[in-house]
Amino acid sequence: MSFLTYLINGLSLGSIYAIIALGYTMVYGIAKMLNFAHGDFIMVGCYIIFSVSAALSGNSAVGIVLAVILCTLLGITTEFVAYRPLRGAASPLAVLITAIGVSYFLENVALLIFGADIKSFTSVIKWEGLSFAGGQLRIQGVTVITIAVSVVILIALQLFINKTKQGQAMLAVAEDKGAATLMGINVNKTIMLTFAIGSSLAAVAGALLCSAYPSLSPYTGAMPGIKAFVAAVLGGIGSIPGAMIGGLVLGIVEILSKTYISSQLSDAIVFGILVVVLLVKPTGILGKVIQEKV
Amino acid sequence: MKKLGKVISALMASVLVASALVGCTDAASTETNDSQAQTQPAQETESSSDNGATFKIGAIGPLTGGAAAYGNAVCNAAELAVEDINAAGGINGYQVEYSKEDDELNAEKSVNAYNTLKDWGMQILVGSTTSACSIAVSEYTKADNMFQLTPSGSAVDCVKYDNVFRVCFSDPNQGIASAQYISDHNLATKVGIIYDSSDVYSTGIYQKFVDESAGKNYEIVSQEAFTADNATDFSVQLQKAKDAGADLVFLPIYYQAASLILTQANTMGYAPTFFGVDGMDGILTVENFDTKLAEGVMLLTPFAADATDDLTVNFVKKYEEKYGETPNQFAADAYDAVFIIKQAIEAKNATPDMSISDLGDALKGAMTEIEASGLTSSKMTWDASGEPNKEPKAVVIKDGAYVSAE
Repeated sequence: MSFLTYLINGLSLGSIYAIIALGYTMVYGIAKMLNFAHGDFIMVGCYIIFSVSAALSGNSAVGIVLAVILCTLLGITTEFVAYRPLRGAASPLAVLITAIGVSYFLENVALLIFGADIKSFTSVIKWEGLSFAGGQLRIQGVTVITIAVSVVILIALQLFINKTKQGQAMLAVAEDKGAATLMGINVNKTIMLTFAIGSSLAAVAGALLCSAYPSLSPYTGAMPGIKAFVAAVLGGIGSIPGAMIGGLVLGIVEILSKTYISSQLSDAIVFGILVVVLLVKPTGILGKVIQEKV
Repeated sequence: MKKLGKVISALMASVLVASALVGCTDAASTETNDSQAQTQPAQETESSSDNGATFKIGAIGPLTGGAAAYGNAVCNAAELAVEDINAAGGINGYQVEYSKEDDELNAEKSVNAYNTLKDWGMQILVGSTTSACSIAVSEYTKADNMFQLTPSGSAVDCVKYDNVFRVCFSDPNQGIASAQYISDHNLATKVGIIYDSSDVYSTGIYQKFVDESAGKNYEIVSQEAFTADNATDFSVQLQKAKDAGADLVFLPIYYQAASLILTQANTMGYAPTFFGVDGMDGILTVENFDTKLAEGVMLLTPFAADATDDLTVNFVKKYEEKYGETPNQFAADAYDAVFIIKQAIEAKNATPDMSISDLGDALKGAMTEIEASGLTSSKMTWDASGEPNKEPKAVVIKDGAYVSAE
């Protein structure tokens, strides 16, 4: 029974990684850049929900909607101000370094506004959860909802990309920017849309992350962001189902290795697995299987 | 920056010596009076002593920023102690002057604060409040041979020099004290531990705790670590402690992670006694934290504001009247620190006209001889290493407040 508990904890953690990884992988797949500030978009989203909830005495629904809207705007602005001017730069490293800069910028702004003290985040999910086998196996509400939300997002993204005109445009930009331009696709607009979607996902991930692990600081998003990046690479960066699988694998491996091997070495094991997978399959788990990279 | 500070401090040190001497008309000082000293105006004091000389005690702590609660507690309580001493006639008849400086929890700024205080004429330092700052400042007090008593600098290295003593337990010694306390009060039969393996503070306490636990009346059934990079999910560590049947979980960690552990333990329906150390202090101040979750949490601390002995009641009343908040353990440590200094000065019949170094030597010697009594313990002694020797105390959280666990 406790194995099941651990497994479900792993699924829950993995689903959060997966939602974050979706944001990474979309931006990479289409804009061919790593948005290292993605984890900090999560943190911004959390602070927005936290502040709005506090101001409206606990009404988190408004907070989530506002967080999604503001994070989307933040993503678009960041792309427009910091990344777009560098897209034509000689070295792809320029954008990468800028992304790290944006990450530190956001963390320090949050430090300035909210201070370094941690804040306890009130879960946006009030549901207690399920209980099986006479209370021996408990699944928390936030776990169920996190897993459900990640599946819904995955399906919605797949449908969007494959069935809509904008989605097709994304695929085209991912394939070949130059050719897409010739076909009359507005590349800048498409990339902006990608950032908008990725950033709104960050807000959703933030709400779930802080509901499951209710501690909020300016560095809340940093480590989950890196882990999710690993998940995206593990699953095959650029692949949407890959991000999902990568996230779940990472979460489960992390929890189980903590349980059965060593609570200190879990990160080492997680990253070790990444190395092994990349040695065997350099494009990640789903990197080659799915042709239609987004 | 540092160099400039040193030059200035050297310059000012001479002024300080001069100004300290200026008011003294007794035989000891006249021979060293030079023209500079005589032209220097005497510092204004509220002195009632016959010759107008005063002891100058300075305090350093983070008065702004994230750790401001610590620094303000130390500096306020030290101020209160000085006022109490002056009202009761001073130390050996000499009044005490007091000044404080902000270090913003920054080692460099703490050294600047030290130099500013020396410019002011400080002879004895109460500080710094936090470990890293205290260590940084001790490099300079060592050079000046100034007596330094840190109320709350708990890192091992804080007292590495012979002129530095502390009031609180060192970090690792809290592990020993916790084990003794849990055993003496029969708090548990099976103990689980969750510690931060990436943090010196936490691992130090953890190791001493495990060492000291051998042969005690409880058994350690789970020892689980986490790292700073992996400090969000504690479900595994808690589940293992629960499966092992631990009825007490020892948390030698800071309150940030502890608040997460308490929340997660609650959602999984696990309710052992949680026992923390001084890093747990602050758990009730986490913004938006449901303090009900901390109900029953115990922590090793030298001070409980609700204790009913006269000393504590008086101190708490005066502190609340003056600063509008309930004093915490940092305040108690600092209040004691000033009185310990008083006792040490009296033991050696030291006078304000002694040089900083002579005063330092005298107080160093006195520290190993005195037996102090104060808010944090009724019996404190020190050895030359600077470590205090005293009985551990604990508090328990009841209705969102610290209550003495005795």
